[in-house]
Amino acid sequence: MSPLLQGILTVIIGVGGCIGYFWTSNLVLDKVLFPPKGPNAGRNINRANQIRPWLFLLPALAALTLYLVYPVFGSFYRSLFNRAGTDFIGLGNYGALFGDTEFRTALFNNFLWVLFVPAAATFLGLLVAQLTDRLSWGNIAKSLIFMPMAISFVGASLIWKFVYAVDPEIGIINAIRDTIGMSPIDPLQVGFWNNFFLMVILVWIQTGFAMVILSAALRGIPEETIEAAIIDGASPVQIFFKIKIPQIMGTIVVVWTTITILVLKVFDIVYTMTGGNFGTQILPSYMMEYMFRDDGRATAVAFVIMLIVLPVMIWNIVQARKEVR
Amino acid sequence: MAASDDGIAGAKSSLSLVTNLSVIFLVVLWLIPTVGLLVSSFRDRDAISSSGWWNAPFGTEQNFAVGAEGDFVQTPEGWLLEGNVFGDEGAGEITAFGGRRAEPTAFEPGVTGELVRGRTLTVEANGDYRYLDPGDTAPSRNPTLYFGTEVPPSFSTGNYESILFSNGMDVAFINTLTVTIPATIIPILIAAFAAYALAWMDFPFRGTIIAIIVGLLVVPLQLALVPMLKFHNQIGIGQSFYGIWFAHTGFGLPLAIYLLRNYMVGLPRDIIESAKVDGATDFMVFTKIVLPLSFPALASFAIFQFLWTWNDLLVAKVFLPSNSESWVMTVKIADDLLGSRGGDWGILAAAAFVSIAVPLIVFFTMQRYLVRGLLAGSVK
Repeated sequence: MSPLLQGILTVIIGVGGCIGYFWTSNLVLDKVLFPPKGPNAGRNINRANQIRPWLFLLPALAALTLYLVYPVFGSFYRSLFNRAGTDFIGLGNYGALFGDTEFRTALFNNFLWVLFVPAAATFLGLLVAQLTDRLSWGNIAKSLIFMPMAISFVGASLIWKFVYAVDPEIGIINAIRDTIGMSPIDPLQVGFWNNFFLMVILVWIQTGFAMVILSAALRGIPEETIEAAIIDGASPVQIFFKIKIPQIMGTIVVVWTTITILVLKVFDIVYTMTGGNFGTQILPSYMMEYMFRDDGRATAVAFVIMLIVLPVMIWNIVQARKEVR
Repeated sequence: MAASDDGIAGAKSSLSLVTNLSVIFLVVLWLIPTVGLLVSSFRDRDAISSSGWWNAPFGTEQNFAVGAEGDFVQTPEGWLLEGNVFGDEGAGEITAFGGRRAEPTAFEPGVTGELVRGRTLTVEANGDYRYLDPGDTAPSRNPTLYFGTEVPPSFSTGNYESILFSNGMDVAFINTLTVTIPATIIPILIAAFAAYALAWMDFPFRGTIIAIIVGLLVVPLQLALVPMLKFHNQIGIGQSFYGIWFAHTGFGLPLAIYLLRNYMVGLPRDIIESAKVDGATDFMVFTKIVLPLSFPALASFAIFQFLWTWNDLLVAKVFLPSNSESWVMTVKIADDLLGSRGGDWGILAAAAFVSIAVPLIVFFTMQRYLVRGLLAGSVK
């Protein structure tokens, strides 16, 4: 069977099955179990209405529990076992992790990523949002800066491989170094700084995201506060830092957090650019080194990432509880 | 807009000039990497390694070696060979020439170059050459001539043809579609029903479920890799397309439910209530009223999920079989092309563009919805 035909067929089965579930289950509920007619019509309608929410929620809850809730516990459980998952070794994997210099490098680098990428992307996003605000061609500029959002991390890494290429005929950085008479370098192998060359790629991708959201927040600032500041003789810089920034602080925090979480999940860039060599390892790429060959170690790394994200998760839940009530 | 703050500063024109220039600078900075890749994808291997892509619109100087053709004729000065380095029909301009491989550009066009053993070579700018050997007997074989010339810029779709028809990228493209389409539609369907229930139906634990879903937004999916792969193996789907759909569905659901619920809560209450008064069940209200009204939110999540699954590397690496028939494009590029074709920049660039073409098209046509979705998710 040709792959195309197979693809189409599997698409039909997958999507059809899903539609089939909702349609059939509701039909069964309304026509067979509790038909809204006959002597018990009123009671049947009420019962159907009690069951229906769970019918609607069932696939979602099942998928969420299976793919997100269970793994939190499942991963922790597995991380207590050895390489093959046969012998219980308690926290042995975690001990081994912290004894491993590569893990410590990954942890340190991850810390750098979390520090630098959200800060840089948010700052640049805010800058572009403010600068393009009054420009006649602002929307075009915005969509060009936003564009890398559509590109895969792998694609983006490839794009930047060209920028960083050692050959001055290919890599623009070395071409610039060449014209000012400096010898070519391999940016990906310069100790410590190569981490930042990799982070630049993610900043390049995420600035557009920060810009879009911050630009909406800037537009949402009430005119009166700015007018009042102008009347009081505030300079544009003062208006920006003393009036606008405080008012959109909530949004800045949201953007910052969102990018931070993304940073903790991203593995593609390091994997494609350096494979974690030359001291650029981060936790997710370190985990992939053990994936498929040491389940205990891989899940232990995953759980360390979970622990780092945990405060954000709790904060999210608390916020959501407040809002729903 | 009221009086702009630049106006108050009293330096409107200079400030706006600075703004314009800085934005131009930033946009150029943002575009350079992609443009470089795009240009490179249309150049052949020799052109890429002989000049930077920023020189692509201009000609490049390249050196060539050709074997002189024709027969030597005897003249009073010695044995003479004449012809044109560009052949019969070719035309071009010589920038330099030479008689030895080590010095292919030793002489300026038009001068008479001294070669070993008294031989001389003259090449005119138009390519006409005169090769004179003062020896007594005719040279046993024709000499090789070396020259440099300006090669006009050339662009071709050769890289794309080679990547699409002989490198398995076509299979990877279809695989990517096979992963992406169900992995976009299934979570939307499931999430839409769940979001409706969470927005408009009354049942116990509703608030708790919403809060948990918001918490799940940040769970790193790395956690799920090992346990879920084991689970897939146990229930017999192993590494397969079914497995990756389920995985993408699970990972995409929190955002989908969150976005869609936020949107559906904002729909006017009267419409839904009057429909119910008229005897519509929740299933009818959902399919006939809420779903059509939620189109903007559905579209924005669809774009997210599509971009995310199309661009994903991690989930595909873990949940799809590792044989080359099942590679999606990101895996193909990361694990195959970057390894085996690491130096073949033209092929890499073309492969990257094949993989980002569809997301870019989706992005530029649906940008409005994408932005709306982002805003619904992040700004209260």
